[in-house]
Amino acid sequence: MEMVKVTVDNQQVEVPKGSTILEAAKKVGIKIPTLCYHEDLDVKAMCRICVVEVVGARTLQAACSQPVSDGMVIITNSPAVRRARKINLELLLSNHPQDCLNCVRNQRCELQSLADQLGVQQQRFRPKTKTKSPRDESTAALIRDPEKCILCRRCVEVCHQVQSVGAISPANRGIDTEIAPAGGVDLNDVACVQCGQCSLVCPVGAIYEQDHTERVWSALADSSKHVVVQTAPAIRVSIGEEFGLEPGQVSTGKLVAALRRLGFARVFDTDFTADLTIIEEGHELLERLNKGGTLPMITSCSPGWIKFIEHFYPEYLAHLSTCKSPQQMFGALAKTYYAEKTGIDPKDIYVVSIMPCTAKKYECGRPEMTDSGYADVDAALTTRELAKMIRLAGIDFASLPEEEYDAPLGISTGAAVIFGASGGVMEAALRTVYEVVTEETLASVDFKAVRGLEGIKEAEVDLKGTKVKVAVANGLGNARKLMDLIKEGKADYQFIEIMCCPGGCIGGGGQPIPTTNAIREKRIKAIYDADLGLPLRKSHENPAVKTLYEEFLKKPLGEKSHHLLHTDYTKRGKYPEAANR
Amino acid sequence: MTIYRSHVLVCGGTPCVLKGARTLKDLLLKEIERYQLSDEIRVVETGCLGPCDDGPVLIVYPEGAMYSKLKPTDILKIVEHHLLKGRIVEELVFRERKSSAGALQGSAVPLEQEKYLSLQKRVVLRNCGRINPDSIDEYIANNGYLALGQAVTTLTSDQVVKIVADSKLQGRGGAGFPTGLKWSFTAKTTSDQKYIICNADEGEPGTFKDRLIMEGDPHGIIEGMAIAGYAVGASQGIIYIRGEYGLSIERMKNAIKQATDYGLLGKKILGTEFNFEIDVRSGAGAYVCGEETALIESLEGNRGEPRVKPPFPGIAGLWGKPTIVNNVETLANIAPIILNGPEWFRSIGTENCPGTKVFTMLGDINNQGLVEVPMGITLREIVYEVGGGIPGGRGFKMAQTGGTSGGCLPSEFLDMPMDYDTLSKVGSALGSGAMLIIDDTHCIVDVLKSFMKFFCHESCGKCTPCREGTTRLYEIVLALSEGTATDTEIQLLKELSGAMQLSALCGLGQSAPNSLLTCLNFFADEFQAHLNGQCPSGICKNLTIESEAV
Amino acid sequence: MTVTSCNIQKPNLGEVIEKYKEFPGSLLDLLHEVQEIDGYLSRDVMQQIAEGLGISESKVYGVATFYSLFKTAPTGQFIIRICESAPCHIRGAQEVLEAIEETLGIKPGETTLDGKFTLEFTSCLGLCGVAPAIMINDQVYGNLTSDRVKEVLLNF
Ligand SMILES: Cc1cc2nc3c(=O)[nH]c(=O)nc-3n(C[C@H](O)[C@H](O)[C@H](O)COP(=O)(O)O)c2cc1C
Ligand code: SF4
Ligand code: SF4
Ligand code: SF4
Ligand code: SF4
Ligand code: FES
Ligand code: FES
Ligand code: FES
Repeated sequence: MEMVKVTVDNQQVEVPKGSTILEAAKKVGIKIPTLCYHEDLDVKAMCRICVVEVVGARTLQAACSQPVSDGMVIITNSPAVRRARKINLELLLSNHPQDCLNCVRNQRCELQSLADQLGVQQQRFRPKTKTKSPRDESTAALIRDPEKCILCRRCVEVCHQVQSVGAISPANRGIDTEIAPAGGVDLNDVACVQCGQCSLVCPVGAIYEQDHTERVWSALADSSKHVVVQTAPAIRVSIGEEFGLEPGQVSTGKLVAALRRLGFARVFDTDFTADLTIIEEGHELLERLNKGGTLPMITSCSPGWIKFIEHFYPEYLAHLSTCKSPQQMFGALAKTYYAEKTGIDPKDIYVVSIMPCTAKKYECGRPEMTDSGYADVDAALTTRELAKMIRLAGIDFASLPEEEYDAPLGISTGAAVIFGASGGVMEAALRTVYEVVTEETLASVDFKAVRGLEGIKEAEVDLKGTKVKVAVANGLGNARKLMDLIKEGKADYQFIEIMCCPGGCIGGGGQPIPTTNAIREKRIKAIYDADLGLPLRKSHENPAVKTLYEEFLKKPLGEKSHHLLHTDYTKRGKYPEAANR
Repeated sequence: MTIYRSHVLVCGGTPCVLKGARTLKDLLLKEIERYQLSDEIRVVETGCLGPCDDGPVLIVYPEGAMYSKLKPTDILKIVEHHLLKGRIVEELVFRERKSSAGALQGSAVPLEQEKYLSLQKRVVLRNCGRINPDSIDEYIANNGYLALGQAVTTLTSDQVVKIVADSKLQGRGGAGFPTGLKWSFTAKTTSDQKYIICNADEGEPGTFKDRLIMEGDPHGIIEGMAIAGYAVGASQGIIYIRGEYGLSIERMKNAIKQATDYGLLGKKILGTEFNFEIDVRSGAGAYVCGEETALIESLEGNRGEPRVKPPFPGIAGLWGKPTIVNNVETLANIAPIILNGPEWFRSIGTENCPGTKVFTMLGDINNQGLVEVPMGITLREIVYEVGGGIPGGRGFKMAQTGGTSGGCLPSEFLDMPMDYDTLSKVGSALGSGAMLIIDDTHCIVDVLKSFMKFFCHESCGKCTPCREGTTRLYEIVLALSEGTATDTEIQLLKELSGAMQLSALCGLGQSAPNSLLTCLNFFADEFQAHLNGQCPSGICKNLTIESEAV
Repeated sequence: MTVTSCNIQKPNLGEVIEKYKEFPGSLLDLLHEVQEIDGYLSRDVMQQIAEGLGISESKVYGVATFYSLFKTAPTGQFIIRICESAPCHIRGAQEVLEAIEETLGIKPGETTLDGKFTLEFTSCLGLCGVAPAIMINDQVYGNLTSDRVKEVLLNF
């Protein structure tokens, strides 16, 4: 690699050619403040907070975008630099509600920390007079607050480039610029999939999840309610970050302990129904393979993905597995099987799920998700919301003991844990399908080809003569590529796993902020570590699931399963409210 | 070709057409017909003749008599006296208007001696007002396409780049970047496709030179673009004209069609291996699209927001391909440079900034309109000689050079030479060549209000300092005009202006505070007066007129 | 007084989209042409354009709202665009504006009740040689005074 020599604040440093000033400065231990910059996204250099002096240049240069050249002399902390940064920040603040105390991002806001870092102590510009569009609370999962938006456009890029949804774009010009859905309508009136990836990259409190914590607190305080909680596979590898633990640590036991201390009657695990999903979905796949059903069959556990296909590929819904997601299977069973078993009236059971995902809030509100006779899931909290509750309760997460999930809906295998990472559902399914079909024990349960952050992964498995070709996509942009292949008749796969979010649920829209690709990698590693550490690593070996079939469901794809665990989908189209105009 | 006794060139520039030039032309034709002079006298509609404010204008050759401010009855007189009887109608002849009432009035000075014309040097406007812009034959008859022919048949691409570099031609779009250098970067790249974009998005307030060049001599631009294409190895040209310029779009399209029909555009031009085509595209109302990367975004069907540079368009521009963006006037200089050589070009203007510059003179000036003068002419010459001074003999207060993005210069600067280098040294800019003259009856704060409003309206909204800053600048200037501004706000205004100049993403935000800062500097008293609740000019409504009571 | 008088046949939306579909970057040209149909770009129209070009509707909307010549809501039959840039300002644009406001009873940004005129500000129209200037649809008028502009309006 060609290297260039530059001087940053009197320190010589050698960096690869093409590095930015930001990178060069980092190398000498200087962290130039940034705001619009995001390490995983294209550099747009719009906020002008990161400006530095380059000797010889007429103007200040944006460190995030400006490549270094050999011999460049950079000053990151001159009076002119400090003045410009501060003015630019003050300009943003002057057009921003002074609302930190009531803000979802209070103390975890990039704008707020910058104000502190750059020494803003008074408001020198006149108070803002112009108002922006009102807060949009139309969707089940998300709230957008244009007043707080600082127009960094990270959300736009994620929504267009990463997710290929394109629900929101900059509209208008100049001081009237806002990020908005087409026509300036509510987000719910356009084909937003509620994945929350936008909320994950937003530096401020301008996009965030609908709050379900209040209803959970109320349920917990209601003595007539039996409040149970389920935790998604990806929570155990991310929740620690909210409490200062390094990304990549597994905190399953502390998570359980915290939930108990919050007052949940039973702490269960979505992993239980993840194992169940594998049994149901595995059999569904085999049935399709044997009976000539629609192939490739595509997984259905990611609600953002489901909404995506309903909007953008409605004519391909038959490819979706009819299995509900683990969250919803759990809810349906909690209010039937578990209710029966414990003799608690299902109307008194309150099911809370802890999810890495904002779309789960949307999913649990879908009208078809009431097969138990009640709303199968009553509240879906994101990882961030759970952390907020733990903080509010004053629980010192880091020093909690390790505790175990409750039986029976808390019993699971390693196959369920890996649901949390892209490729996990596929790997779990292969572990089971292989053994069911071949009646042989797998030599190695690890299907490494389907793991990792890469957008589209492929593998082929030999099921005693029948070759099954599979594909795995994460992030909707990659999902779109696979769907286009199917559309063109070029997809020769039998089974496809699609996860809405980059990296799968460990990178979900409800995960701790920041969630970057580097952090995703660490969480992925943690997921596979957790899998490795478990005695049982195949879903069909889960004893509690076996009991469930014996006592209640009888057989995979049976009558009860069909009623409680499977669902159907709705054609939505790209312009969901066009018909209403 | 028929030999005509006289040629009547009727100005068909938009300003004259607005004042009824077309009706006059029809009348003129009718009258000529009536006197049965149609075989002897040819009437041609041309591009802008310069003194737009005195339109409608026409010139009769060979006498070179320019008639201005014409009314239908004047046409009757001109036909009867001049065209029929050969006597110039003195009272209708265009005169520079002098503020010192009628100094020149009545004395029948031959037209060419008038200061208005004598200080001018027409390179870019060589054909404007002399030929029919809709006729490629007339362009060719005036050495048109000769330079292109020479370039593609006798010069290598490198030689063309070198000639342009040697001429020291600087871009006329505002920044004054050396054109030859720009071309050389792109010429060095290898790419399956390169583009030449002619920037005709002219939106700088007070600027309408590109409009009138396009209306008056479209082939000059086409020829320049083709030569540029040959020089850097591009086969596709695009001319991006602002959506509001209907006539320019029409003229350019027509000229491109003619050139294509003549084999001067298209495949294998003049039998060589050189191919070059030109498309006309139009903007949709956004000043910022004049910025080259915003223009490219717009051509790609996006919001016209400037891109981060580097990469520069010359390396990665339209569709990521090497792209030259040049102003209309820059390109109109190319053919004459090739024909007459770089030494000739350098002999005009100043040493560092050679050539001519087309200025639009506006505001409180007698000869409002378009002039082409050598670089380095002084402000005084422009205002008092070419421009004919200030109406009503009022005093000169300031000139804003370079359009609304430029700075404001008070009378101390009247003897400063107008070129890129000198102006940028004093915090102003030559920019697009708009010269807004403001007399002493105007209020600085009031004028600044209008400048600042422009930037609020035109900021693209991409970067913080400009999106938020333009509004804040306007707000504080507004407060000044209403008497509610404070001393600390003036301090803030300065700090904000500095931050914008230094940290905005593109030239729009960087230059938005120029006028404000120069005015704060040169007219401090007037600001102080406003802070004290007084508007010396009596223009700001809420304030009192307490002159110089500071 | 007309400078550009394009004799435009009302085009058909589908045909226009078809025409530009294969031509990359043509969104602005397409919007210009489509706007001729109804005088503005409705959501339906923007959706069809998005569909035709294979881009998101929000992007079409973002582009349409960036440029001042595009309208995403119905306007009056005639759009009066009055230049508010400095050269016109110092040559009496304010007076012209007041005359228009008085004659039509609307402020910039508003449309007359009969739907005939919409009044809006514009930046420099490049007609400063004849400042103050306005455009009414694609016709331009210069050297206006309050009386002259009233006369102009009478002709509509
Ligand atoms: C806000 C802004 C507006 C501009 N408008 C124009 C314009 O209308 N015409 C133009 O030729 N250049 C304009 N420019 C300059 C162009 O970015 C570019 O420098 C120029 O077209 C290069 O051509 P030249 O080298 O021939 O001058 C503008 C620049 C900025 C920052
Ligand atoms: S977004 Fe940040 S700065 Fe704005 S109110 Fe919330 S915490 Fe405060
Ligand atoms: S939730 Fe997902 S689809 Fe909706 S706006 Fe955000 S990123 Fe786009
Ligand atoms: S909503 Fe958030 S991410 Fe999107 S532009 Fe605004 S501040 Fe940036
Ligand atoms: S300086 Fe202004 S016009 Fe230029 S990018 Fe920034 S906001 Fe846009
Ligand atoms: S972080 Fe560099 S401009 Fe925003
Ligand atoms: S347009 Fe006629 S003189 Fe300028
Ligand atoms: S300033 Fe009004 S047209 Fe140029």
